[in-house]
Parts: sequence; C-alpha cells; structure tokens
Amino acid sequence: MGKKQAGTGPLSRRPDNSAFKQQRLPAWSPSLTAQTVLPTFYILSLVCLFLGIWLFITVENTYELKVDYTNAGTCERCFDLRKHVIASKTACTCTVSFQVPKLFQGDVFFYYGLRNFHQNLRRYMDSRDDAQMVGRKNNLKAPSSYCAPFDFDANKVPIAPCGAVANSVFNDSLTVVYNPADGSEIQVPLYRKGIAWYTDKNVKFRNPPTNDTFTLQQAFEGTTRPLYWQRPVYELDDTNSNNNGFINDDLIVWMREAAFPNFKKLYGVLNRAQGPFTEGLPPGNYTLSINYNFPVEPFRGRKELVISMVTWFGGQNYFLPIAYLVTSGLILVAAVVLTMVYVKVGKNGKNMEE
Amino acid sequence: IYVVFFYFISSEERHLRANDREYNLSFMYANNAIKTSKYNVFTFLPLNLFEQFQRLANAYFVFLLILQLIPQISSLSWFTTVVPLLLVLSITLAKDLSDDITRHKNDKHVNNRKVEVLINGELKSEKWMNVQVGDIVKLENNEFVTADLLLLSSSEPLNLIYIETAELDGTLIKYTISILYISGEVRCEPPNNRLDKFTGTLTVRGETFALDNERILLRGCTLRNTEWCFGLVVFGGPDTKLMQNSGKSIFKRTSIDHLMNFLVMFIFGFLAFLCTILSIGNGIWEYKEGNSFITFLPRADGANASLSAFLTFWSYVIILNTVVPISLYVSVEILRLGNSYFIDWDCKMYHVKSNTPAQARTTTLNEELGQIKYIFSDKTGTLTQNIMTFNRCSINGKSYGEVVDFAGQRVEVTEKTEKIDFSWNSLADPKFCFHDHKLVEAVKSGSPEVRAFFRLLALCHTVMAEEKTEGELFYQAQSPDEGALVTAARNFGFVFRSRTPETISLVEMGVPTTYELLAVLDFNNVRKRMSVIVRNPEGKLTLYCKGADTIIFERLHPLSSKLMEVTTEHLNEYAGEGLRTLALAYKDLDEDKFEEWKERHHEASTSLEDREAKLDAIYEEIEKDLLLLGASAVEDKLQDGVPQTIEQLAKADIKIWVLTGDKQETAENIGYSCNMLREEMKEIFIVASNTAEEVREELPPIEKSRFLGKKSQVVEDEKVNGEYGLVINGHSLAFALQKDMQLELLRTACMCQAVICCRVTPLQKAQVVELVKKHKKAVTLAIGDGANDVSMIKTAHIGVGISGQEGMQAVLSSDFSFAQFRYLQRLLLVHGRWSYLRMCKFLRYFFYKNFTFTFVHFWYAFFCGFSAQTVYDEWFITLYNLIYAALPVIGLSLFDQDVNDRWSFQYPQLYAPGQLNQYFSKMAFARILLHSCYSSLILFFVPWAAMCDTVRDDGKDIADYQSFALLAQTCLLIVVSVQLGLDTYYWTAVSQFFLWGSLSVYFAVTFTMYSNGMYLIFTSSFPFIGTARNSLNQPNIWLTIFLTTILCILPVVAKRFLFIQLKPTINDKVRHKARQAKAVPPPAPRKVPRRRISTRRSGYAFSHARGYGDLVTSGRFLRIPVKTRSALFPHTDTPVADSTPQTYRTIYEGLQMCLD
Repeated sequence: MGKKQAGTGPLSRRPDNSAFKQQRLPAWSPSLTAQTVLPTFYILSLVCLFLGIWLFITVENTYELKVDYTNAGTCERCFDLRKHVIASKTACTCTVSFQVPKLFQGDVFFYYGLRNFHQNLRRYMDSRDDAQMVGRKNNLKAPSSYCAPFDFDANKVPIAPCGAVANSVFNDSLTVVYNPADGSEIQVPLYRKGIAWYTDKNVKFRNPPTNDTFTLQQAFEGTTRPLYWQRPVYELDDTNSNNNGFINDDLIVWMREAAFPNFKKLYGVLNRAQGPFTEGLPPGNYTLSINYNFPVEPFRGRKELVISMVTWFGGQNYFLPIAYLVTSGLILVAAVVLTMVYVKVGKNGKNMEE
Repeated sequence: IYVVFFYFISSEERHLRANDREYNLSFMYANNAIKTSKYNVFTFLPLNLFEQFQRLANAYFVFLLILQLIPQISSLSWFTTVVPLLLVLSITLAKDLSDDITRHKNDKHVNNRKVEVLINGELKSEKWMNVQVGDIVKLENNEFVTADLLLLSSSEPLNLIYIETAELDGTLIKYTISILYISGEVRCEPPNNRLDKFTGTLTVRGETFALDNERILLRGCTLRNTEWCFGLVVFGGPDTKLMQNSGKSIFKRTSIDHLMNFLVMFIFGFLAFLCTILSIGNGIWEYKEGNSFITFLPRADGANASLSAFLTFWSYVIILNTVVPISLYVSVEILRLGNSYFIDWDCKMYHVKSNTPAQARTTTLNEELGQIKYIFSDKTGTLTQNIMTFNRCSINGKSYGEVVDFAGQRVEVTEKTEKIDFSWNSLADPKFCFHDHKLVEAVKSGSPEVRAFFRLLALCHTVMAEEKTEGELFYQAQSPDEGALVTAARNFGFVFRSRTPETISLVEMGVPTTYELLAVLDFNNVRKRMSVIVRNPEGKLTLYCKGADTIIFERLHPLSSKLMEVTTEHLNEYAGEGLRTLALAYKDLDEDKFEEWKERHHEASTSLEDREAKLDAIYEEIEKDLLLLGASAVEDKLQDGVPQTIEQLAKADIKIWVLTGDKQETAENIGYSCNMLREEMKEIFIVASNTAEEVREELPPIEKSRFLGKKSQVVEDEKVNGEYGLVINGHSLAFALQKDMQLELLRTACMCQAVICCRVTPLQKAQVVELVKKHKKAVTLAIGDGANDVSMIKTAHIGVGISGQEGMQAVLSSDFSFAQFRYLQRLLLVHGRWSYLRMCKFLRYFFYKNFTFTFVHFWYAFFCGFSAQTVYDEWFITLYNLIYAALPVIGLSLFDQDVNDRWSFQYPQLYAPGQLNQYFSKMAFARILLHSCYSSLILFFVPWAAMCDTVRDDGKDIADYQSFALLAQTCLLIVVSVQLGLDTYYWTAVSQFFLWGSLSVYFAVTFTMYSNGMYLIFTSSFPFIGTARNSLNQPNIWLTIFLTTILCILPVVAKRFLFIQLKPTINDKVRHKARQAKAVPPPAPRKVPRRRISTRRSGYAFSHARGYGDLVTSGRFLRIPVKTRSALFPHTDTPVADSTPQTYRTIYEGLQMCLD
C-alpha cells in the first residue's frame, strides 16, 4: 500500500468532516420553475420591445446618403482608364452630382465606401509590419517577411510602409461642392484630421524619431515608397507637416482593416464653423469631384461616398432595432405558449408525481 | 550442432546447488532485488516524452504544430498550440514523476527488508535484494515470503503450514519436504508465470526426488501461525512467479471512454469534412475572385487556385482544431481525480471500528459507478461477517433469546441492549453475548431439560479444544455454527474442555465431569444429523443427536409429539428471522442393546463393500425413538445494513448476484435473510444436477423459440410476470457455462430478481462475470473480500474490495475499497451517480463550447474569401480552453449535484438514467452539434449584421476586423458562461467564484493585452492595441452582446421548461419535491422489525463435507498436539482445501522425509 498512515490512533484515518470534503458546501439550487421562467420571459419581452422602439426612433432620425461614383457621372472615363495598369500614373478627375433631400443636422461624417474589397483576407492582413509603423529604426529598413512581396522594391530597397495593406491604400481624393439654388458653388469644408482612433494615432503608429535638424525625410532615407503610391510617405499631406509619415490619418484609417468585404471608412468631418454649414449639411444639389486613382474594376468592386449623421448608437443601422423588435415578439409568443402549457399541464403538478 | 544444442538445453533448465553461492553465481541468475519503477533520473524526460507522444491526442498536436510552422499554411501563430501542449505535457509529466517516485520508494522499501539467510552454517540477517538463488532462508511467523522457495522444513510437527496468499490466486501447495540437512542439487524449469505448475528434481546424495508445485512457496505469500520454516531460493526477484505475473494488469476503461474515443474519431472525420468544404470554397473563390484581386495581393510564385485550396485545407485544419481540444483529456482526468478524492474523503464511508476510510484505488473509473447494472457479490466476509452467534433456542417448548420490555413488547436487539453477565462462570467466553436472562435463570435453577440441552451441545460435536493457559479455551471447529453452539454451552455452564479419542471432558456448572465417548455417528449431507453415544460418570448410556428438524422429527418417540408441535412453531419463527436452526434430541440406551449394536457397527465399519451404506443403515437403526429436547437457532451474522442496502440497490434497478463458495443451503439462507429471495416470489428455480442434460432440463423453459431465432449476441432484458429467483450450484454452473448453454443460462438468470450461485470456484466467478459483461452490454461490479474473489474483481468493469479485514488480496486488485458492504449504496447511489452526472454534464458542455467556438470560424469563412482568417484574436484562441472557459466547467463538474445525498437515497430510481446511458450518448452528441450550430449562427450573424455598416458614436471605425473579433469573442464567452450557469444545478461559492472570476479574468487579460505597454514591448504579438478601450465603450457593442445572449439562451430555457412541464424526468420530479420540502427529505418511515413466520427452514448448519468424526476418533490425530490458531485469525479451516474455495488458508499436511 502506497499510502502512509498519519497516526495510529483509533480514528487516525478518519477523513476531515469539512463541508468541502463532504460535498456539503452551502449552495443555491435554482431551477426552472414557472415562477421564475414565465416572469423572466415577459420582462425580457418588454425590455426588448422598449429597446427596439428606442433604437428604431434613434435610427429613423439618423440620415445616411450613399453616392456610388464608380462609373457614374463623368467617371465612366476614369473607370475605363484605371482598367489598364499602364495608365495607372495618368491623373484623372471627374465629377458626380447628387442631391441631399433633407437637412443632415449636427455633425456630418463623410466616408468613402468600398464594396467587394477583401481587406480581411488572411494573407492580406498579415502583410504589414507593425514594428515598422511604430517607428522602430531597426524595423524601418528591415521590413518583416510577412510584407512580401511588398517588402523590398526591385532594387532591394526597403519599402516604408511595407506590405500589401499599405500598398493598396485608398488614394482617391474627394471634394464635395454645395450648389445652392443661387447658382454659387461653395466647397463643403471638411476636417481631414482626427478621423482615426486616438490609440492608433498616438500609440500604434509613430514616425521614426526626428528633431529640429533631422527631418522626417531624412528619417525615411534609405527606404522607398510603396509600389502603388505616387508620393513618399513623408510627403502625404502638403498642408500639414504633422500629418505626414506613418501618422497620416488617412493611412491609419486604411490600416485598420475592415472585417467584411463591404466597408466604409471615415474620410472627413463637416466643418460647421461657417457659411451654410453651421446647422449641418443643408438640403440641395451637390457635386462630388474625384481625383480618380483607386482602381476597383480589377476586383469588380464599387466605390461610394457615404454621408452620414451619427448618434449615440452610431450610424444608420436598422438591424439591431428590428432584431430587438422581432426578438421581443418571439419571446412574447414563447412566453404565451409556455404559460398555456403551464396552466394546462404543469400547474396541477400531476406530471410531477411518480 | 550438438554443442549448441546442448548449450541450449542447459540454458533452458535452471540448475542450482543449495548453499553453494559460487556455483550458483556462475549462472548469473537474477538476485532477489526487484524493480518496478519505470524511469531513472536520466531516462525520465526522454522516455516519458516519448511515451506521451505515442498518445494519439499529443501526436495530433505535434502534427498541428508542424503544420503551423509552414508559413504558407500557418493560419495561427505557433503559440496557440504550443502553450496548451506544454501545459498538458507538463501536467502528465508531473503526475508520472510522482508515481514513479512512489514506486522507487516502494522498491527500496521491499528490497531493504531483512531476512535470515544461512551462510556458512550460520544464520545471518541479509537484505532481500542481496539474497541469491540457492540460498537457504529462514522465515518466521507473519513474515513475507522472500522469493520463490522450495520448502525444506518447518517448525510444525506434521509440517502444518499456514499461508496467506497474496493476490496470486487461490490454488495452494499441499506438501513440504522436511530435510534436516541439505546439500542437494536442484534442477528445475526456467522462470515462468504459471502459478499452478512447477517441475524439477532434487538430488541429495545420489537420491533423486521429483519436485512439483506443491512444494513451492511463492513470493507474495505470508507465513501464518508457523513459528519458522526453511526454504531454498529457487527463483529470485524478477524471476519469481509474482513478478513474472505482474505488469499485465488489465487497464480498465469506462464506457464513456469508449464513446469518447468513437466521438473523437467522428470529430476528426467531421473536421476533415468541414475543411474540405472550406477548401473547395477557397478554390472557387480564388478562381472567381482571387484572380481579380492579385493586383493588391499577388500570389506566391507558382500558386494557383487549386494549390491555394490545398493549402487552405491544412490552414483550416489548424483553425478548426479546437473541435478536438487537447484540454479535453486533461480535464477529464482532473475531474475523475477530483471525484476520487471525494470518495476518499467521505466520512460516511469511513468505518470507525476498523479505522478504514473508503479508497478509490483507480481514479479513472468514477463515472462508471453511476452506470452499474449488475453487482456480483461474494458472501462470506462481504454480505456476512462470517460470525455465527447463538441467538435463540427453544427448550422443552419454551422459547428463549428474545428481549422484551416491561410491557411485554419485543425489543430490537442493538449494541446497547444489556448483555448477560457471565462472570459467575470463570470459563466463559467473554466475547459471547446473550440478552435473555430467563435462560440463565433456568440453567441456574437446575431445570433438567435446559441442562440436558446444553449438555448435548457440549458433547455432540467434533470441535477440538485447546487450553494454552489455564482457563483460556480455544475451540477449533469445523464449521463456525458448531463453534457457536459449543461456545453457547460453555457460557451457560457446560464447558467442553478437552477430548481424547475415548473421552470428552466437560466442566458442568463448575464440576469437572468426564464422559466416555463410545461412538460418533458423523454428519454427512444425506444424514443431515450427527449423534454421539456417551457414557456418563454414573455409567448411564445416552445417545445425543442434533440435526435438521425434518430429519429429527421423523425419528422422534411418539411421546414427543406434543413438544414437537410447539417446537415447530418456534422453528418457524426462527426461520422467519433467517436463523439457521437445528433440532436436538436424545435417547437413553440399554447396555445390552448398545453392545449388540456396537458389534454390528464394527462389522459394518470394517466391511470392504458398501461401507458407507452399511454404516448409514446401522446408524439409522439406533437413531430412532428419540426424545426431543428443543431447537437451537444460530445467526449467520450479516454485515450491518446489508438487507437495506440490497433493497436500495434493487430499487435502483441494480441486479445483485451472489457468487459464493458456500453450500447451497447456506447461500439460500443468506439469500432470504438479506431479502434477495422472498417468500412472495412466484418460484425459485434450483439447479443442482450433475449432467449437462439435467441442467438443461432444470433451467426453466421460457420462450425458447423466440430466443433461438435471434442471432444477436446481446441478450436483451425481457419482461416477466412475477418475481423469480434462481439458485444454481457449481457443478451445474460448469455445464451451464458451456458455449451451447450459456446464453440460455444468462437469459433465465436475467429474468430472475435474485440469482445465487453456490459452490462456485474463483474461475467460475470470473466466467459468470465475463458472461454478463459480454452478452448483456451492461456495466458490472464485483465485490468481495478474499483471494477467491480476485479473479472476478479483475474481470468486472469495476472491482470493489472489502478492506479492513486481514486479507488484502481483494483490495489490492480492486478499483475501490471500503470496509463494509453497506457503503456500496453510497458509492453507487451518491458518488457514482454524481460522478456520472458530472462527467456527462462536463462532456456535453465541453463539446458545446468548443463546437460553438469553432463553427463561428466556419461562418466567417464565407466572408473572408475562405482565406483561413480567424474570427478571434489569436490570444483568445490560445486562452479560451486554457483559462477563460476551463475553470468554470471544472467547477461545474466537480461540485454539481442535482439533489443532495439524502434525496439520492430517498429515490434510488434516480440511478436509472445512468444505466440507460441517457445523459451522454451519440444521440446527445448529435443534439449538442445542432445546438452548437444554432448558437454559432447567432454568434456570428448577429454581430455581423449589427456591425457591418455602422460606426462609433464619434463617427470613427468600429466595423474593423479587430473590433469585430473582440465583439465576437466577448459574445461567445458570455453566451457560454450563461449556458454554464443554466447547466449548473448547485451553485456553491466555488462555482460562483470560478464563473465570475473567469469572466473578470477575461476582461482583465483583454485590457492588459490590448494595452499600450504590451504593444510597445511585444509589438508583433499584440497588435490589438486599444481595441478593447475603443469598442467596449460603445453602447451598440453591448446591445449586440445582450441580443446574442438572449437569442442563444432563451430557446434553451424555453425547451427545458417545456420538457419539465410535459415530460419531467425522474430528476425533475425529485428536484421538484426537494424544492417543496425545502432541501431535507422526509425521514424514511422507521421499519418495524419484521416478524415473519416461515415454513422454509435453513438446512442443517454444518459444513459442506464430512465432519471431523474420523479424525476425532482416530488415534493418529491425537498423537500430535493440535495446533490451533491464535485469536487473530477467527476464520476456520478445513482439512480439505479444494472443497472450500471460501477460505484461503489451508493446513498443509506434511510428508515426512527424514534423510540422514
């Protein structure tokens, strides 16, 4: 016998009489009784109903407008042009006009939307180097092998930022012009900054260290721009030198890969400081002019401009309110059925007898 | 060639010289050191890892790891597999290490035992490991046998050697050689594992003696009641038969294990199926969409759609591997270990008297305890205490032994009942107890009938007495019944003190009296009685006779007829209480008639033909016209609580078969007294015949035709009207167990409520168990205490040993052990049931949570181009089974109880679902699969729909991959946690702590891993920086979590509620009752001691074989002092070993071989 005996007294091998060892721990044993289940169902049904209505009203007052400009208006030409890789460097601009039916009150957000663009492919998502984009000097010139084939260019010069994700950054520039009834043209002013997550802008993406004498351009020396880019990473924003390099807002927004092939990404926020835009986006005619660079034909995708209001609940998404309303109804039906069964069968407790 | 052949022969045969170390060492025989440990310091790690990787599950994970190291395939980082694998490996490593350390310690302990060895004519103390083949060792009483020995001599005059075998088997050696001086040479067979065979020769001074198994003493036995003996070491250490037999212990697996293996195989197939679908999807996607996406994501060189599909298959194998979680096996082991500890810790299975707690010796069989369908029980020592007590008697029409209170009401005798003080009798046995004062008064007052009654008991027997010190008497009786009767007489003042072949000396009420013993008319199975003819000091001749009542009553003088009626009434009453009864009668004899009879008796006893028959006739002649004295009733004491336990187990629909070596009457009687056989039974079939044909006829013919048409090997349960019992003896069983009849036997037996097999050998016990195991597909349990039960304990699915008694053989080969039969009901109805419930709950929940987890990936594949992108963060995948969902489910499956133990006893029917495999089966598994499928659909599509086109409340991104991953994993974890809560019946603080703790740990770990610090230190490992902060503060995220939880859980609640209302299970019913009664079951109605009157009498309570009569009267016997056993060994021995499989010690009669 392997076990040793602790003592030799008459009760030496008696097990402890503790609640734990004797499996007598005080416990709460809830069970599914009519008194607990039925009220829960009714209450949950009410809760869902309330949430559904509340959300529905909220979403009803959230407006969203989608303008598909893939080959609309004068963009047909640019769309065809971008089919050919040879012409990829040729500039192309086009315009699309659209109408805003009613006032978008308050803050208005402008998104670019892509359809059928799979940012969520595994190899695509892996093809980036966070260590490089956090501004590590060592990683800057030694991009991760995950970035292949966008890690080095043909001359073995490291690419910054490397990888398929950065390489395919959305590079259309959009300008919206308001055409009031008086025939004037007012460009809709957009904040193009502050559109990325705070943590992304300040922690996840950082430029290589610079100082007064050591410019960003010098910091990126020895690297080259991604294949499809027209400008190097340190010259992305002409207007604001602090928006260049890895901390460029547009780049950061793009680098946060979408979960699904149809997605929209924030492009800018309406600047309500002046003019007709203090209330929001007034109804009327608008013209969208596009610097058409991003090819969608290869993957049979669509591009669109999405103008949207935002509430505490986010954008205009009818799914949750409707889902809550439907759920509420289903729970109510279930509750009624259960109540009937209980009253007819369960209540007298006949089934509970042996 | 000749030389080689010769060498071959000589190496086959073992050749040794006694006491000649140099010669023996030249053969390089193994010395007596043993090694049962598996590893040493250096081999431990490599060897253990090698063994572990031979396991399918571990090998599978290594395979996954290799896949993950291929960059084209790797869809998950290596750590997702390595972390769990390392954990599993190290847990197993630690367990194996501690096991092996224990073995090392045991080896060391055994190897360092001391034994006296004869070296150079001197006895020297040696360590066991230093004992060599050919050494002569001296063993003393109670010592373990050092090695396989050739017995040379013993201290006992007739070489009566008492041996207790270890778990070898029941067959025993019969002779020892006595050699006063030894310098012989032994040639014998090479080491082997056959316990029943030994061949060899001993050559001493030119004379050669054949040696056989009967002269060999095997290692593992213990010397008992023999002062010393000498033996020659033939096999040492690893060559001993004990060691040659070990290591082949059967590894028992539970039916859940088998089911689990099947399911794991199924899951592998299912996994392959899923992966195939996804890889086909990938092929199509790559062909249709991927080709157009190469602008943004160029393919690797030479890759095309079909290669991509092929690689995707393996990538998905990696991602979906969580359907076969490695932690399953570890968790199952932990659970079983935990539940085993609960058995070890159970106070209510601790026996105070013997200071023995219950012990789960095998920790892998717990849940099977909840599925037992058949129990095979030994009788002696298991159901009964093997103690006979003189309980009641009827003398001259007056019944004694009942305790009544002042109101004349019968009182149940308990331990507290006042015992009679026998201090007036200096020779009384202090252990004897009796409660009825009237009988003592009757003896003291000198009632002639009462005195005659006890005088008869003191004279008419074949007991032998030994008086080591003055006044301290020890009786050695052939059967415990006889011992009980003589002891009763002793305490009531008629002390049997000693005997010679011609006399019996008594002390009658303090007066020494010697009777002349003229004849012993011995017991046998036909006569069912025994008589003695004695002459008292006054010269009066008397015949005293005791025997079965029917036999005695036939031979009574008409004068006794009135008394006979009264006595019959008493006998019925005694029989109703399950006592073994004897009728006592006497007859005064004429001197002349006796002389004449004696002559004829002598004639008969010396005749060569038909001596038995002639003797019987002679006996018959004198045993007539008897005068009835009364009747005695002896109780074969059951263990405490046996009838109640059997009743409970029967209510739980567990069939109990008693397999005993005892004779039929005894077994039947026990069957009645422990409520297995009942008067109300429609019929009790008794099969006791000597040929196959007769057995076939005696087996009750029930619907044979239907049965023969069936080809199935599984015998189904059949419904029969009324209750039946079956009693079958060993001879008949031997025939019935033959191929052509065994199914018939099984069918009959299974239709009977009670089955008793008597006079069975250990092998037959195992065969019966095997038969049921094989053809009933039911879970069997065997319980026993002795060496003869070892085979059946090993054969049954679960073996239980009764511990705390002297023999440990049964315990050593058992899976569970405890001190009393009655603990069986707690083991099965409480621990077994809970274990089964917990294990099934665990498995159901475990598969649910993993399938749900995995299926979400499957749905996501349709949105990410089948690119083997995971839905969750890799860290979540790593930690899900390891941390977040591990402890709560272990908490659930360690602590959950549907109802507490008292309710479990109150409603033994709760046990039935386990027997029917209701809680976890292929069907249940299919339901889990569907449920998981539903849950995963909700868990993927609700977040998808809620998130795909929305933004944060500040307009920024929330439909990004990382936020979605976080949302999906949070939804999943909350849903499985709530589901766990729904499955929990018994919320202890521990389970609450585990559940809430795990959820908090999840959020804490998530926030930590997604923190700035972690990102800046391990940039590439924690890319989810800020995701938790940015999305978990969004109301729409929480609204989504709430909706998915409701949608996943409420249907389950509704379904369960409906089932409880419409088709409540026995569980639901008892839980309902428990709720109404506020947790404490109503006290069971107190059972009034039953008073039954029975016309069925137990047989004559003697032994199986002829009595000691010949021995008692033969001169041979009395030439030597009778060796009696010390009080330590209350079991009784019989001289014929093979007729008593029930006892495991045997007196070896020696063969004197005086050389020199």
